[in-house]
Amino acid sequence: MSRLIRMDHTGHTTLAQWTADDQEAVEAAVAAFREELDRGYFAMVSTGEGHAEQVRELPVGAELVIMRLPISGG
Amino acid sequence: MAAEPLPELAAVHWRPRADARRLDRTGLMWSATTVAHVVPFIAAGVVLFLVQPLALPVSLASLAHAWVIPELYAQRGANVVRPKVGRAPADAEARSVGLLGDLVGHEVRALHARTGLILERGRLGAWLVGPAGALLVRPGGHRVVCYCVGVNDPALPSGDRIAHLLLALRADEEGFATVANVAFSGAPWRVRRRLAAAQRPALEAGRACARRLDTMAMP
Repeated sequence: MSRLIRMDHTGHTTLAQWTADDQEAVEAAVAAFREELDRGYFAMVSTGEGHAEQVRELPVGAELVIMRLPISGG
Repeated sequence: MAAEPLPELAAVHWRPRADARRLDRTGLMWSATTVAHVVPFIAAGVVLFLVQPLALPVSLASLAHAWVIPELYAQRGANVVRPKVGRAPADAEARSVGLLGDLVGHEVRALHARTGLILERGRLGAWLVGPAGALLVRPGGHRVVCYCVGVNDPALPSGDRIAHLLLALRADEEGFATVANVAFSGAPWRVRRRLAAAQRPALEAGRACARRLDTMAMP
């Protein structure tokens, strides 16, 4: 089961869960994903130990997609 | 080379992209600046005393300046990882730490539990990531660069704040070092004694990791 989560003030919120063969769930996840991008979040997926990648389309095969806010120098 | 540069780089487009050579140059500049601050005050203190021993109080004040100014810089560096009381509720903190734990291995998770910092090995060195900043121990472990960087949402729990930085760092390490503001660069011992006691083992772990990186880089 893949998950789309957003890091927020609750710790994190699960926005969508899907399996690649459940088209309805995938579409709901894609909609949730785009909504978060529109809100200014960036989507990240882990690509191996110590590596991550920003994605602009929902990677349906990814186990975990994390939405994060922009960072800046303090 | 990162697959895609951090989008946050657009906000600091005037900055040259950080890399190992640029970090070395920045380190030399910091050392030169420290010398430029310290030497004149020491020289003034000594010369004043030799010329007029009655000016001892002024000499001592000058020597105090030579000591205080580098200390203030080191304090500024250590402040980037200074533990702060979070505003988030305890359950949110716990959930955020749980997510953060999923992103790292057992040893790093244990180090975070003890020190509040996440150790991450990178190409530029060993990173120690906190909620509002990061320390980069350069390969060899002889220099630490302190970065002030964070996510601008005070309601986020600390685990999430670290996870934001960790994911950005993993996506584009050099971009991360470019976006972040350098607060200090210098010898680890100068930062270590300004860190909270509980955080010092993290710096030691970072130095050990950085020494291994240096060994691995050798032909």
